[in-house]
Amino acid sequence: MTDLVWDLNIALVGNPNCGKTALFNRLTGGRQKVANYPGVTVERKEGYFRSPAGRQIRVLDLPGTYSLAATSPDEQVTHDVCAGTHASEAVPDLVVCVVDSTNLRLHLRFVLDMLQTGRPVLLVLNMIDLARRRGIRIDQQALSRELGIPVVETIALKREGVHGLLARLDQELPSVASATSSGTDVHQRVNALLAQCVEQPLATAPLDDRLDAVLLHPVLGLASLALIMFFMFQAVYAWAEPFMAAIEWATHGVASALQGLLPDSLLKSLLVDGVIAGVGGVLVFLPQILILFLFILILEESGYLPRAAFLLDRLMVGAGLTGRSFIPLLSSFACAIPGIMATRSIQDPRDRLATIIVAPLMTCSARLPVYALLIGAFIPQHQVAGVFNLQGLTLFVLYFAGIASALMVSYAMKKLHPQKIEHALLLELPTYRVPDVLNVLLGLWERVKIFIRRVGGIILSMTILLWFLASFPAPPPDFAGAAIDYSYAGQLGHILHPLFTPLGFNWQICIALIPGLAAREVAVSALATVYAMSGSEEAVLAGLSAVISQQWSLATAFSLLAWYVFAPQCLSTIAVIRRETNSWKVTLGTTALLFALAYLAALFTYQIARLLGGG
Amino acid sequence: MTLNLAQLSRGQTAEVVAVHDQVAQDSIARRLRELGFVPGERVRVQAFGPIGREPLLVQVGMTRFALRRAEAERISVRADTRP
Repeated sequence: MTDLVWDLNIALVGNPNCGKTALFNRLTGGRQKVANYPGVTVERKEGYFRSPAGRQIRVLDLPGTYSLAATSPDEQVTHDVCAGTHASEAVPDLVVCVVDSTNLRLHLRFVLDMLQTGRPVLLVLNMIDLARRRGIRIDQQALSRELGIPVVETIALKREGVHGLLARLDQELPSVASATSSGTDVHQRVNALLAQCVEQPLATAPLDDRLDAVLLHPVLGLASLALIMFFMFQAVYAWAEPFMAAIEWATHGVASALQGLLPDSLLKSLLVDGVIAGVGGVLVFLPQILILFLFILILEESGYLPRAAFLLDRLMVGAGLTGRSFIPLLSSFACAIPGIMATRSIQDPRDRLATIIVAPLMTCSARLPVYALLIGAFIPQHQVAGVFNLQGLTLFVLYFAGIASALMVSYAMKKLHPQKIEHALLLELPTYRVPDVLNVLLGLWERVKIFIRRVGGIILSMTILLWFLASFPAPPPDFAGAAIDYSYAGQLGHILHPLFTPLGFNWQICIALIPGLAAREVAVSALATVYAMSGSEEAVLAGLSAVISQQWSLATAFSLLAWYVFAPQCLSTIAVIRRETNSWKVTLGTTALLFALAYLAALFTYQIARLLGGG
Repeated sequence: MTLNLAQLSRGQTAEVVAVHDQVAQDSIARRLRELGFVPGERVRVQAFGPIGREPLLVQVGMTRFALRRAEAERISVRADTRP
């Protein structure tokens, strides 16, 4: 953040799913993730904006909570900030209590809870448009009078929807309310408030009933879940095709142009073999990653995710997890880091630990380039049974292998450390919403920026480092083999080679595994650079895929796929596990476990594939 | 007739009688009360999970919660006579 001085410090609080984060985004123009499921704000987020009168306002977005008696780590943050006991966060000048106007019966309880803290409170009736559409009428003045605090209405998803709130922030701070004495029964008080101030014809949206009748049906519900997941993975292949072809065409064009323009030199080698081969090799997977995120964002926004958690809870409990693990694990398909951070909404420490340990087994989007490269090179583009794309089917199998192994690991953990204390599910299923186009686009744009930053940062720097290792020392003039054989990278690859020979990896793969630890997709750019350096220009121009499909056996390709199902994590995942568990023992144990699983899986895959004639 | 919430069938409505602590300082029972499961409140079992009729989807007030059987068993209810 650039501005560190402010005129007013406010905190957004409220129940999970009240639209707090959407409001935060609207106020700050921030790019924080908004989603229609409880527990998205896993830690406090800060932003800045200017009020209409020009005052600088700092706003803190706190995790949603049902009451100030916290039961999970993320709820504890909210409690600590409001109680003034948080280690690094000052008490806010004003607590902005956000409620879902269609669910006042539940959300007003938290408002009453908040009034007990003795802080100045402003009540925001969010999603007022949805409430009106459902015929809910709220007497704002009466509510304000009864509670003794100012009340404003907002529609966080619309630009003009927060004018009332902004105008109110420029007025003086409300005085501390004294309307509720601590002895009053919260439930009776809520009922009295509802009776006085709210007219509500229907308890829930009729559409929810109809959708839930299908989507939560024991048979139809599971079938729809499988169908949605399957469609998602098919789309990743089918829809991305033209975009990928365009990116490949552009990369090819730049490489050919440079080939012709530059004289043979180290610079040309660095640009063509290093930068363009390496970075282009990864950039081509951006469309697939974006399609995957498009689905995840739409599912999040629509309110479907907690339904999936509902359907799978029993199964996941059987496997030593909880239905609540579903949301962190699904996020892990995008990236394990936000997934592991989202485990903070799991109350039970043991369930949370199990979820953290298996989250890296979910196929994150960084693995997609590796899978896509190998599938594209080795799996023919057949139609199976007339409808399924064989490549899409293979991808689905790989994702499934990750899920199945995660369930096995967590099941083993459950058997080793049985649950002693009972922990609850108590999951709210929010009302369905049509995903907001702006929020989805913002989410996608965020992913593009993160990806480009990775390509320009870690991937580019690892590629240049690898190019350096693969170019020096230069071989003596009488050296017979390819130059890379003589280089540091070649030497390193040859040292590691015996260890990975039983897995069917050649020394080029061994080299690529090392930078792959920094970020998995670097393995692809590393392979591209290694082959570009060891072969002719044809490796860059014909594309990595064509080269490896000629040089590798099918068994080697399957073995490398199996290796990356378990993929020793990228270093950032290991770092976030350390931070979230605060234990080196767990961190190192998880890392060792995944290395062992990857080695064994690749070993078995290679040996079996060879026996079956794939060698 | 007083039952616990887990004994209701799909679509059945009832009125909450009490939420019982199963252990001293039962945090699950406390959370249930915070979510609106308090005496006099109307509840309806909307759906069951696909395996072992678990979890239960319960409508209370304007909200739906997924509860496991062990959680639902803490809530005793007076079931409405079926029409």
